[in-house]
Amino acid sequence: MTSTSTLIESKLHPAQAIYRQVIPAGEPWIYEIQKGRYFRIVDLHGNQAVDTLFYNARDYSERYSAQDTIQQQRNIYLTTGTKLTSTCGRPLLTIVADTCGRHDTLGGACANESNMVRYAIEKRHMHACRSSFLKAVIDWDHGMSKRDITSNINFFMNVPVTPEGKLSFEDGISEPGKYVEMRAEIDVLALISNCPQLNNPCNAYNPTPVEVLIWAPEI
Amino acid sequence: MNETPILWEETIQPGATWSHVLKRGTALRITDVEGGANVGGIFYNFECPVERYNMPDTLKAQHIARLTTGSVLYSDMGRILLSIIGDTVGWHDPIGGTSNSQLVESKYGHATYQEVRNDYHKNGRDSFLIELGKWGLGPRDLVANVNLFSRVGVGEDGTMSFSPGNSKAGDYLELRAEMNVLAILNTCQHPLDPNPTYQPKPVQMAIRKVAAPAADDRCRLSRPENGRGFTLTERYFL
Repeated sequence: MTSTSTLIESKLHPAQAIYRQVIPAGEPWIYEIQKGRYFRIVDLHGNQAVDTLFYNARDYSERYSAQDTIQQQRNIYLTTGTKLTSTCGRPLLTIVADTCGRHDTLGGACANESNMVRYAIEKRHMHACRSSFLKAVIDWDHGMSKRDITSNINFFMNVPVTPEGKLSFEDGISEPGKYVEMRAEIDVLALISNCPQLNNPCNAYNPTPVEVLIWAPEI
Repeated sequence: MNETPILWEETIQPGATWSHVLKRGTALRITDVEGGANVGGIFYNFECPVERYNMPDTLKAQHIARLTTGSVLYSDMGRILLSIIGDTVGWHDPIGGTSNSQLVESKYGHATYQEVRNDYHKNGRDSFLIELGKWGLGPRDLVANVNLFSRVGVGEDGTMSFSPGNSKAGDYLELRAEMNVLAILNTCQHPLDPNPTYQPKPVQMAIRKVAAPAADDRCRLSRPENGRGFTLTERYFL
C-alpha cells in the first residue's frame, strides 16, 4: 500500500527556520502559525504518533474536520497535496512535503476513557493525548475547553482500512528523520499532543520526542 | 427479537431535520421508506452534551469502518450511547461526513425557499447546526457524524467509494439507547452520492420500550471492548 504513495521532499533548510521546538514524548504544544508560513513536524526517532488539531486563529469554532478533509479528496490517507479542511469546508493548511508517505485521521486521540474500553478498566491512570489537549487549551487561556477537542490528525500513524470495512492500528511506516510539512492557508492555531500511548504499536511502544519548525516565506 | 408495542411513529420528510432525546431503555427503529435514504446523525449525552458521539473511538474500539448489527456507537467518555440491535442493510457509513451549502449548490444548483417553497435545497451542515441550535448547542458541538443507510467503501490505496442502492425500500435498523441520548438527525443526501439530482428520501421513525441489554446481549459480546463499554455505561447510572 505504501509503495503507491509519493514522497516529496522540502527545499526549506532548518537553519533558516524562524522557530524550532522539540516536543518531548507525552507533552502538548500549542502555537499560532500565520498565513503563508510553512510548518514542519519531524519524527526524530521514528514511529511516533503526533496527534494534531488546527483551528482558525480568529474563530476557534471553525476547526479541522477529519470527515471534510477525507471526503473532499475521496481518500482516507493524508499526504502531499492534502488540504486540511475546516468544518466550514475551506483549507486551513495544505500538505506540501511528506517523506513518510501517509498519515491517519480516523484513529483519533487516546483518552483515559477510551483506554479503559480498549485495553482494561485498570488502565485509566495512564497518560493520554486528550488529557494533554485539555491541559494545553486550559493553559492557552482563550476560552477553549473539551468542546473544542475533536477528531484529529495522527501524523506518522498507520491505521489501514480494508475493503471489507475493517480498521486496525498497525506498526508505523515512519522512520527517524521523516517529516511532514504544511503551508498555512489562513492564520491557524496548532494544537499537538506528542502521543504517550504505551498500549499499541502507534509509538512502537516507546514514545519519543518530535520537533516542530516554522519558516516565514521570503517577502 | 421480542417485539414490544410502538409508543409513537413519525416520518422525517426528505431533506428535513429531526431531534429527540431517546430515553435509556427505548429503541428507535428507522425504516427506509422508498430505498436509497440517507440519515445523517450526531448523538450527545443529554445530561452533559459535551459528552458526544466519537467517530474514532467507535471505529478503533471495534476495529471497524462500517456499522451493522452488533456494533455500538461510543461517546468520547468510554460509554455507549447507542447499540445497533437490528439491521437489514448490513453497512452504515461512519466516515463520509456531511454536505455543506457549497457542495449542494455545486451538485444540484440553486433552489431557494422563495422559488420552490419547502423543496428548497438543504445541506447536512446547516441542518445539523439548525437542529443543534434548538438545544442551545452550536458549531463547537458539531463533530463527525454517521450516515445511516449509506455505504462508503475504502480501497487498498485509501480511495473512498459510495455504493448506490445500498439500502432498499423497507430496510431498517434499530438503535437501542443505552443512555439518555440527544439525537440530531437529518435526511439530506450523502455528500458522496453520485446522483446528480437533488433527491433526498424520507424515513419512518418508530420508538418502543426494550429490555436492558442482557448478559448474552449480541452487542455486549461482539467484542471484549464492548463488554467493558457496557460496564462503564452501567456504572454511570449507579
